[in-house]
Amino acid sequence: MIATDANTETTGLTDAETTPKPIEKVSIIISKGSLEGVYPGLIMANGARMEGMEATLFFTFFGLEAVINKRMDNLKVATVGNPAMHMPTILGAIPGMSAFATKKMKDEMEKLDIPPVREFVEMIHDTGAEIYACKATVDMFHLEEKDFCDQLDGIISVGEFYEKSAGAEIIFT
Amino acid sequence: METAVLDNRTIELDKDGNLANRDDWNENIAQEFANMEGVGELNERHWIVINFMRKEFDAKGDAPSIRKLTKESGVSTKELYALFPKGPAKKAAKIAGLPKPKGCI
Repeated sequence: MIATDANTETTGLTDAETTPKPIEKVSIIISKGSLEGVYPGLIMANGARMEGMEATLFFTFFGLEAVINKRMDNLKVATVGNPAMHMPTILGAIPGMSAFATKKMKDEMEKLDIPPVREFVEMIHDTGAEIYACKATVDMFHLEEKDFCDQLDGIISVGEFYEKSAGAEIIFT
Repeated sequence: METAVLDNRTIELDKDGNLANRDDWNENIAQEFANMEGVGELNERHWIVINFMRKEFDAKGDAPSIRKLTKESGVSTKELYALFPKGPAKKAAKIAGLPKPKGCI
């Protein structure tokens, strides 16, 4: 009896109920402070706005480096502990290797018209996306609002982040 | 192939609903697309963006990125999003009679 009921229910579904709804809003968490740790989140936030979605960026832990005024222009590619670099750890540790890899990656990104971090953060903010820093990390690193770039919309708690993310897909990077 | 009646003609569209043939484009069609996309009456600022996109597409074979658009057309990112709400690159390309931009930025 129950099985029959279930069958009737399934076949009774309309298209509107079975077609996945498009994503309307994303909340992207950026938790890493290396160049390759920061860019994916920035690209996804910008891409979301380009597709007409709402986007919120939440920087936490070392991800904060991307919105700290004194740091954001100097993010580096990690050359140690990253097997996808195809570089023996001992070579990656040589002084200057990270700077070299960073220069290479920045050149390649410029070719693809991907802006440097500061310009990208400004651009994403100009698209209407909101940018927040994680309060727990800000306190832990003894930072203040004045340490951040002008695009920062505020320092918020995890609870506030979830409130702002109502109805959003949350993406952790 | 999908078609639509635009500017009192039946016109072929691609899978994204953009013009299949650029030669079909004219200013009336641009305005009709703008109405469909919720952009409204095209003004001189919209036309700066549309003309820049057409020129760039002719030269490079793809619509420009938002960054290039902002730097070279003189229309800021903020204004772009105000002129073409909810997706300026995609909407401006459609109105300009071009295919959907391929780039990620």
